[in-house]
Amino acid sequence: MNFKTRLGLGILAFFTLIAVVGSWIAPYGPSAMSDDLLSPPSGAHWFGTTTTGQDIFSQVLVGTRGVMVVGLVCGVLATFLSILVGVTAGFLGGAADEALSMLSNVFLVIPALPLIIIVASMLPSADTVLIAAVISLTAWAWGARVLRAQTMSLRRRDFVEAARASGERTWRIIVFEVLPNLVAVIASGFVGTVIFAVMLQITLSFVGVVSLSTWNWGTILFWAQSNQALGQGAWWWFVPAGLCIALLGTALALINFGIDEYANPRLRKVRA
Amino acid sequence: MTFLLRRAAFYLVTLWAAITANFLLPRLLPGDPVQAMITKLGGRLNSDAMASLYILFGLDEKKSIWAQYVDYWGALLRGDLGLSFTFFPTPVADVLSQSLPWTLGLVGVTTVIAFLLGTLMGVYAGWKRGSWMDSLIPVTTFLSSIPYFWLGLIAISVFSVTFPLLPASGGYAAGLVPEWSGEFIGSVLEHAVLPGVTIVVSSVAGWILGMRNMMVTVTAEDYVLVARAKGLSQRRIMFAYAARNAVLPSISGFALSLGFIVGGALLVEMVFSYPGLGYVLFQGIGAKDYPLMQGVFLVITLAVLVANLLADVGYLLLDPRTRREG
Amino acid sequence: MSPVLEIRDLSVDYGSLRAVHDVSLTLNAGEVLGLAGESGSGKSTLAYAATRLLQPPGRVPSGEVLFKGHDLLSLTEKQLQVLRWNEIAIVFQGAMNALNPVISVGTQIDDVLRTHRPSMSRPERAARGRELLSLVGIPVDRLSSYPHQLSGGMRQRVMIAMALALEPEIVIMDEPTTALDVVVQRQILGQMMRLRETLGFSIVFITHDISLLVEFSDRIAIMYGGRVVEEAPASEIYRAAKHPYSQGLLSSFPALRGPRRELRGIPGSPPDLRSMPAGCPFHPRCPSAMDVCGERMPALEPVGERRRVACWLEGVHGLDTDSNGAPAV
Repeated sequence: MNFKTRLGLGILAFFTLIAVVGSWIAPYGPSAMSDDLLSPPSGAHWFGTTTTGQDIFSQVLVGTRGVMVVGLVCGVLATFLSILVGVTAGFLGGAADEALSMLSNVFLVIPALPLIIIVASMLPSADTVLIAAVISLTAWAWGARVLRAQTMSLRRRDFVEAARASGERTWRIIVFEVLPNLVAVIASGFVGTVIFAVMLQITLSFVGVVSLSTWNWGTILFWAQSNQALGQGAWWWFVPAGLCIALLGTALALINFGIDEYANPRLRKVRA
Repeated sequence: MTFLLRRAAFYLVTLWAAITANFLLPRLLPGDPVQAMITKLGGRLNSDAMASLYILFGLDEKKSIWAQYVDYWGALLRGDLGLSFTFFPTPVADVLSQSLPWTLGLVGVTTVIAFLLGTLMGVYAGWKRGSWMDSLIPVTTFLSSIPYFWLGLIAISVFSVTFPLLPASGGYAAGLVPEWSGEFIGSVLEHAVLPGVTIVVSSVAGWILGMRNMMVTVTAEDYVLVARAKGLSQRRIMFAYAARNAVLPSISGFALSLGFIVGGALLVEMVFSYPGLGYVLFQGIGAKDYPLMQGVFLVITLAVLVANLLADVGYLLLDPRTRREG
Repeated sequence: MSPVLEIRDLSVDYGSLRAVHDVSLTLNAGEVLGLAGESGSGKSTLAYAATRLLQPPGRVPSGEVLFKGHDLLSLTEKQLQVLRWNEIAIVFQGAMNALNPVISVGTQIDDVLRTHRPSMSRPERAARGRELLSLVGIPVDRLSSYPHQLSGGMRQRVMIAMALALEPEIVIMDEPTTALDVVVQRQILGQMMRLRETLGFSIVFITHDISLLVEFSDRIAIMYGGRVVEEAPASEIYRAAKHPYSQGLLSSFPALRGPRRELRGIPGSPPDLRSMPAGCPFHPRCPSAMDVCGERMPALEPVGERRRVACWLEGVHGLDTDSNGAPAV
């Protein structure tokens, strides 16, 4: 494991920890107002306060959980869907493959963001879990596409042919012969999905179609934008949340590079 | 030609899926937000407008779902997308046709620029692997992990608020009338700089990384080794042998991720109050303007599909293996 | 016969692993030198190192490659570029991936002419392209074809045509016919040998298929574990291979001519670079291994007039010639 991968894992572990303990270590309630209106970062308020005197540091800490939960739930759900569709398509081939590939390509090509915005704003209460489910429904297609291609090449390998020739049941071949060889691809698809889901959730919160009763980094940015934080020069209102998003995204991308380099040795750094 | 026909058939299926999703969503999801809006508007809706909203959102429950579906297609084919609540009483189709050119101009041009720039940089980064260019990767990774809209906010805060160099919002200066004059065009360009640069900066990194990895993979192919053995110039090997092959998957990736990129670019429009589809969508969200939101979705989907078809034509020109002699 | 290419004590490393050990070989004018060995024996690595085509992390820590009195390994990139294809051309496993899939074969031949013969006009280059294709027996209208439109055999002929474009001194053929069926294989090699007679170049022929070498080459060097273990005229290798590995290799391919003999493979598999056995690398698989084989590597020494062998079985290595090691029999 190289430095980049370790750095990525370290940052991810840090945010996971915050997601668990964030609401306990937060110095204030995220929605609690105070008399320090729109004050820049200080000893009392590390990341400053909002126009209603809410502590932004506490909001970031508490909001981490919402982000991580959506990332995890979507990652698991969408990865499951992508394995189901991609591996089945790649392994069965023929008409089933045509139909499933077409399905995943349709989901890939349709612009997800406006569609999710419509769905989310039509839902009576768009809470975290519901949003995670909706995002998962649009996030599986890329992984399915990659898995299909990998499965197709695996299917022609000797050990799979041998298992087929010996009359092994299809689902057993898939679970015991094919899936173990797809672990790297599945892992990288999982991480990619988490990135996608986190970005989408924050975006949806920012444009205000997600219920604002739970905090996440996007909600902070929504309030910053709707209270003209920019025009008032309150950079501290939107910088911390944005940096957290970028850091988390970078960490996940670094982990994915590690997986890619493991799976594709040509990408490894040239040794001196 | 079979290649293009197959692709075109696929896009038609995709379009059908998008339209059908649009038809089903308001009928499947609980609540009747459109009914509530109609009640609120009360007598201000004329009977024609009322009828088309009933068709589009399935409020006429006496009809069977199939009859509703037929009526829905009929309305779409007439170009009837209902009335916008936000811009009442302007028809949605009119709102869209006013904002579409702005989006095509901003998002279309910057996406193509980002793709070309990122691909070119990726070609160099992959070719010069192991050089200082590798140290750019963490930087570009970080940039690509920043949400588009947040980068837009930062850009506004730095270049419009702290150093008021460029306008922060709108498509052209207030008070100007859209016309083919130097002043107007200049103003349009000035207003496009910040949102445009934002889109390019946040999307270019993905292309650099993708192209670099493809170059690294292709550089190990035998035909590149043959090109070196032939004593060809570095330029010729890099472009005609390595990059020409490496760019093919990049183009398919470009086509497939357009929907995603356009989504991000729409947010940049929201942040900059740019008069394109993204900003219209943003206004629609606030007002629960479902006819408008659905219209935006359909138009964006259509635009993405057309762009996909163009990318396919590009692929066809670059890869002889997809051309079939008749 | 005068030497055109002399490899002297060439070693190749991949990172900290040595893939080729102090190999010395000479290619004489007009000769076909065969290089045989299983995959991983270092035969292709040797050829790429000698022509400076080795990719990182491969590098050459020591050795010389003399071509017309110049050491190829010390030329600048510019000097080398002029020499490439003009003097040394390479025929790769063209049936697979050696032709660029997205540009026409005509353009790929034209690339060579345009780079090395800048004085030629476009019609002259096109004429030369057609001439080359007819030389290898391909219809000239195939010049505008793309590689995927040609059969494996045709692609290989295109590779050969391309290699001959500048009339080089040396043509290196790396597994040139591996992916082709036996009949096409022999047609193409036969044609190559006829072209060599008319055009007068020398050939380094690299393959794992020693029966092809016996048939088509003048002299054969057999490599194992990064070393040359036996080198002799092809007829002598065929008649009486000395090294047990050469014998094993010969018996694992059917001979097209000559008496039938029993086919036997070599037990075990080629050594891994990361865990090269001590002493002679072949000793774990060798039917006649002795104690000394696991301890010290025998040197490549002349046996008779025209043969060199690296094996403790050969008398010249007798314990008396070994000055710096205890006899261990």
